[in-house]
Amino acid sequence: MKVEVRVYPKAGVLDPQGKAIASALSRLGHRAVRDVRAGKVFFIEVDGSDPRAVEADARKMAEELLANTVIEGFDVRVTG
Amino acid sequence: MKFGIVVFPGSNCDADCHHVATDLLGCEADYIWHQETDLKGADAVILPGGFAYGDYLRAGALARFSPVMESVAAFAREGGAVLGICNGFQVLLEAGLLPGAMQINRGLRYVCADVHMRVENDGTPFTALYPKGSVVTMPVGHMEGNYTAPPEVLDALEREGRVVFRYCDRDGKVVDSANPNGAARGIAGICNAQGNVVGLMPHPDRCSEGILGNAAGIKMFESAVSALATR
Repeated sequence: MKVEVRVYPKAGVLDPQGKAIASALSRLGHRAVRDVRAGKVFFIEVDGSDPRAVEADARKMAEELLANTVIEGFDVRVTG
Repeated sequence: MKFGIVVFPGSNCDADCHHVATDLLGCEADYIWHQETDLKGADAVILPGGFAYGDYLRAGALARFSPVMESVAAFAREGGAVLGICNGFQVLLEAGLLPGAMQINRGLRYVCADVHMRVENDGTPFTALYPKGSVVTMPVGHMEGNYTAPPEVLDALEREGRVVFRYCDRDGKVVDSANPNGAARGIAGICNAQGNVVGLMPHPDRCSEGILGNAAGIKMFESAVSALATR
């Protein structure tokens, strides 16, 4: 099965990367941009057929390794 | 007195630390490959600077799963002296041996510069020879040195005297313009509750002899020698 894990800076945590991207977009003429937060996406393929079990497993992966939960939040989506 | 210097794939300051320990201080030192679990009788363990595992995912994130880290954690739990320098500090944070996390520098650039730090805690095995409140100058070289932690953790660090070094100007004033990376409260180095595990972003190993133009860093290693010899 396929599962996606999105990892992003927690709300309130300074995100200098997102800020730099936001100001670059604004300089390019995308004046409507108000804020950008930059994160990562992991596309993971796993053995299994139970979406719930796959999701639970991916959550564990995020907590143990993919995200640093001091500064990052994450969400998990089973995609097929 | 024997130093154990952990070598991860991508460590690049291991030889600098070994040189300081052996050639400059006349101590024994052994490299400990990250796949090993035997700390070889080291009295103090150093996690050196570099780019362990290429800093993939996050600096220090993958190194923390190396077999040697379980031994380092057990050594630390028993009160063993552990020093993490730069990438070594990042590994200690990811491993949970020290609290908090590193973010990318606020300027989004790698910072390579001499910085001043005020000694805030002279009670650790690596800072005993620096007078509290004195200003020490050391080089930094990092992309992720922007230390952060939840406010309650920062407050606890302050309250418990666990901020070891703080970025400051040459007069010892903690001002934002002297902060090279945006680290919360100007924190350059911290220790654990027992004080035996210390991490800092600046590089004492790169300023430990006169020929390098600065020998301020050697006191960190000498502190360990005197602290552990009198144990």
